[in-house]
Amino acid sequence: MNSDVLQLGNLAFNSRLLLGTGKYSDTATMLRSIEASGAQIVTVALRRFNRERPSDDLFGPLSQLKGVTLMPNTSGARDAAEAVRAARLAREISGSPLIKVEIHPNPQHLLPDPIETLEAARVLAAEGFLVMPYMPADPVLAKRLEDVGVASVMPLGAPIGSGQGLGTSEMLRIIIENSRVPVIVDAGLRAPSEAAAAMEMGCAAVLINSAVAAAEQPAAMAAAFAQAVQAGRAAYLAGLMPRRATASATSPLTSFLKPET
Amino acid sequence: MQVQVNGEAMERPDGETLAALLAALGASSGRVAVMLNDDVIPAAERAARRLAAGDRVEILTFAGGG
Repeated sequence: MNSDVLQLGNLAFNSRLLLGTGKYSDTATMLRSIEASGAQIVTVALRRFNRERPSDDLFGPLSQLKGVTLMPNTSGARDAAEAVRAARLAREISGSPLIKVEIHPNPQHLLPDPIETLEAARVLAAEGFLVMPYMPADPVLAKRLEDVGVASVMPLGAPIGSGQGLGTSEMLRIIIENSRVPVIVDAGLRAPSEAAAAMEMGCAAVLINSAVAAAEQPAAMAAAFAQAVQAGRAAYLAGLMPRRATASATSPLTSFLKPET
Repeated sequence: MQVQVNGEAMERPDGETLAALLAALGASSGRVAVMLNDDVIPAAERAARRLAAGDRVEILTFAGGG
């Protein structure tokens, strides 16, 4: 393991690309995409067991993947109590303390409820979960979540599945500047360049689902995101040059080409 | 006795255990989470846990999600 690791509680990861498992056309494509992404954290959702279609169960195929930790989400929860219950249920299957707290009461925009999210995070962190809250890009909320013991904060770039990109970048900068826990952009990205931009800014990781699953070639797009995340992280560590309002010559401005007068 | 399983009314033998119900439905115990009347029941407790008439059972698995 290299020295630049993503630390979440007591867990350390080399990959800074987290991948979702929703919206893939089939399980084989999803598995190829996870492998191509190099993701070590993969999100899953809870759903009622279906007697007619036991093949819908993703735990079997996902548990075959080496080096992948499952991070169940609490999608479908409309308040803190439902999210807490979903988290406890999910841990029964995943065996992992990672939980993505996701509480969005309105199916139209799927925006996270900050008050219920904070309450669920407080309860679950106290129970020993590594809480990964999907949250609005609100710097004050990020600090409040940090105070209750979350393992990371996961502000949105744009609404889930919208592909609108890093619409919240100015708020993300403030969150990153003030955060003592890893900041992971979750939701809304469409292009690898946006993931690279988030990483250059100092995000610790990005979580991608639709941008890979809905690409024409999901596994190839997963590989592209992996490269973008690595490039963005390397650029962040290398330190970007300061922005300047005026030009600053890179070549000597000598006058030898001027005709002698 | 009648119990609710994933929102569906089912006629089951009196005093059936949760483990027996799961087996009858083809749910592999290590791969599902089970909630009985709002309580999470860990896999280790399902063989001893008997159902009563009117109980609500939720059986959950992992599906794709972001």
